[in-house]
Amino acid sequence: MSGHNESILREPLITGQNITYAKITDDILTPVENKPNRAWWIGFIASLCGATLWLVAVSYTFWFGIGAWGLNKTVGWAWDITGFVWWVGIGHAGTLISAVLLLFRQNWRNSINRSAEAMTIFAVICAATYVVSHMGRPWLAYWVLPLPNQFGSLWVNFNSPLVWDMFAISTYFSVSLLFWYTGLLPDIATIRDRATGLRRKIYTIFSFGWNGNVKTWQRFETVSLVLAGISTPLVLSVHTIVSMDFATSVIPGWHTTIFPPYFVAGAIFSGFAMVLTLLLIARKVLGLENYITMFHIESMNKIIILTGSIVGVAYLTEFFIAWYSGSEYETYAFVNRSTGPYWWAYWMMMTCNVISPQLLWFKKIRLSITATWILSIVVNIGMWFERFVIIVTSLHRDYLPSSWAMFYPTWVDVSVFVGSIGVFFTLFLLFLRVLPSIAIAEVKMILKSSSEQEKLKQIKSGHLDKAQVKEYVESLEKFDSVKQEEYAKI
Amino acid sequence: MSNIKYILGSFGDPDEMMHGIEKLQENNISIYDVYTPMPIHGIEAKLGIKRSRLDVFAFFCGITGTASAFALIYLTSVVDWRHNIGGKPAMALPDFIPIMFELTVLFCAFGLVGAYYASTHLFPGRSPRVMDLRASNDRFIIAVDAKQNAEHSKIDGLLKEAGAIEVKHNERKYISYE
Repeated sequence: MSGHNESILREPLITGQNITYAKITDDILTPVENKPNRAWWIGFIASLCGATLWLVAVSYTFWFGIGAWGLNKTVGWAWDITGFVWWVGIGHAGTLISAVLLLFRQNWRNSINRSAEAMTIFAVICAATYVVSHMGRPWLAYWVLPLPNQFGSLWVNFNSPLVWDMFAISTYFSVSLLFWYTGLLPDIATIRDRATGLRRKIYTIFSFGWNGNVKTWQRFETVSLVLAGISTPLVLSVHTIVSMDFATSVIPGWHTTIFPPYFVAGAIFSGFAMVLTLLLIARKVLGLENYITMFHIESMNKIIILTGSIVGVAYLTEFFIAWYSGSEYETYAFVNRSTGPYWWAYWMMMTCNVISPQLLWFKKIRLSITATWILSIVVNIGMWFERFVIIVTSLHRDYLPSSWAMFYPTWVDVSVFVGSIGVFFTLFLLFLRVLPSIAIAEVKMILKSSSEQEKLKQIKSGHLDKAQVKEYVESLEKFDSVKQEEYAKI
Repeated sequence: MSNIKYILGSFGDPDEMMHGIEKLQENNISIYDVYTPMPIHGIEAKLGIKRSRLDVFAFFCGITGTASAFALIYLTSVVDWRHNIGGKPAMALPDFIPIMFELTVLFCAFGLVGAYYASTHLFPGRSPRVMDLRASNDRFIIAVDAKQNAEHSKIDGLLKEAGAIEVKHNERKYISYE
């Protein structure tokens, strides 16, 4: 770090002048150390209403059984698994940001990883509740575990993707939680050392006695790197295995080898969209514009274009192979998907996932906060429809035309889904209040190398290539948090 | 004078702190520990701290996970309680891979984090051993054991010269205890 300057061509990751280590701490801890404002309360109460609705709907399902949902003999999986896959997919961006981008040394991850990982954990909680409630007899949920039992010599079927899925989701959840919490320890210690009274006692318990000495930090970095190394294949395996729940069956429309990469790309796509949905608001409300900059937003938008295009190619490949395979059942499944009674869901998916993200090729749209926010919602609607299309349209026209059926959700289906969004936001808003939403220590690490003020100092020292400085100053034009007049004279 | 246990050099900048470490080392003054709000790269080499072997430990935890998963599946569906599922072979290795992989990751992560917490003495409710409360905020602290290094005014001078904002003489080792 000493004497090593980052290239001037790289955009700054922290903007603003007079940013000190103390200011970073103060800025990030503002929401944690102060009373919540009105916007937080409105959001929290609305989310809590959603969470209550979820509680009512899930309790109703537990009490009366899954007959409370709109499922029928033909369509045996619908909104439940749609919701499950949707939530698991959303979770993937957090791990991608915290693990994959760490391995690739993408320093811009440092200011978004904490809240993205929190989002992962809350999304996986929502997904897990679907798994448990769709079991019908949730009090026997432990039967999916490989436990020696008294019912005879019966173990779980280790050849079943549903059992793999149980292993994958529970490993994913617990490893993400470990990764997130270990990363939180230094920041909880920061809150602890600034707090007094009861708050100090509480944060002392949760800081595990962190003191930030050399050996602690050295081991911390080893642990982070190894966890990132194992979480990277883990995150890919989770959605691969989720896709195998479908791909290893013999249902036309599900039985395809393209599913694993296609699901993983889709998961990252929807996850980044959710990160943007949350952070664009959090950045404004919590005043974190200097840490989550336009560069971060643009980078995430670029990942959305990439993964959205992969998803688009996957849709077309699937369609092509359905025809090229010569299998009439497969062909029918796809023709029915796009022109049958669920055509509206298919085209909703196509528009939201393939066509509208292409708008992000335009720099103006990519750099507009409003447009980005709207597109991020559109992507998540599209990804919900993708799962709905895959699940319901493949099932609803059985091999026997006499058992063809449609799926109509009941109020319980709708309430479980809407309620799960409430649960997610309740958890996320609580997180913003009690824990730092940005990894304080990690942002401090890049202050001396990648901040706007350091780069300005370098420019003022005058030893830089003029053309490179010009390019750098031009790249600053997109930042809403940079005072452009500072650069007018350079 | 004799009650002073630790001398703390409090720096506002990591590079100045590194400079302070060099200064002290040039004068053969041993450094007790360094407390920082963020990881400082290159400090281990300067202080002669060996690399962490947690990664090696994590590897063996992972291998244990792979072996445990295979043993579980093999013993429960190949050796004992063999089921005829549509005439398919009981020993279906490709089907075992997902669970073997997941348990590798699970064992590796829990073993690694468990070993980290144990070796660094991190656990819920442990009273923090903090010498300066700003070490987790904006100060980079070099702690020198005052009993082992007698020339206190020289240490003060060296720290100040390197750019320390303040030098504290603590009569208690940890200020975090009530």
